[in-house]
Amino acid sequence: METLNTVSYVFIGIGLFFNFVGAIGLHRFPDVYTRLHAATKCTTFGSIFLILAVIVQSAAIWAMKDDISQSVMCIHSVIALIALLVTNATGAHAMARAAHRSGEKPARAVVDDLEGKKGD
Amino acid sequence: MNWLPTLIAMAACLIIVMVRVFMGPRAPTRLVAFDTANTLVVASLVVAAMMFNHVIFVDVAIVYALLSFAMTLYVAKYIQGDKF
Repeated sequence: METLNTVSYVFIGIGLFFNFVGAIGLHRFPDVYTRLHAATKCTTFGSIFLILAVIVQSAAIWAMKDDISQSVMCIHSVIALIALLVTNATGAHAMARAAHRSGEKPARAVVDDLEGKKGD
Repeated sequence: MNWLPTLIAMAACLIIVMVRVFMGPRAPTRLVAFDTANTLVVASLVVAAMMFNHVIFVDVAIVYALLSFAMTLYVAKYIQGDKF
């Protein structure tokens, strides 16, 4: 149990660090594409580790104290993690495409290869 | 385990992100910041479920993740100027 507690704390540390990096990157970057890059990747990675900490903790209680309610917590957390993984990447792609089509320019960019193309 | 500090730190992250939602220059930036806030809310809900020991929070988190994805797709479609 002590070892698994340590593992959970390490996961929480990694998750909070990457969530903070993502939140600060949203303010430090100059345009919408770089902000998307910082925010989406960092917060997805951080949230994966936060949910992993919950999964490890509830699985440990489920296995060691034979508590059935924690099994529901563990399995549903896995489902939430899968939902987050599937939806975040797709949503980020849709947002980048919408930003480009609405005429948002990258900051300090010289060449835009997609300019004037209809089927981008 | 004590989960409350984790939840407080996530709330601080959420406040930082919401500042960008209100400041953002145009609609795409606001959408990006709002999607980030949604991801943080899902993670916070799972942590809150473990803290209060209620499974219903995790179920709410699953539904929230799927609905926020639908919201992102629809608003992105609106921003790029498509007709529905």
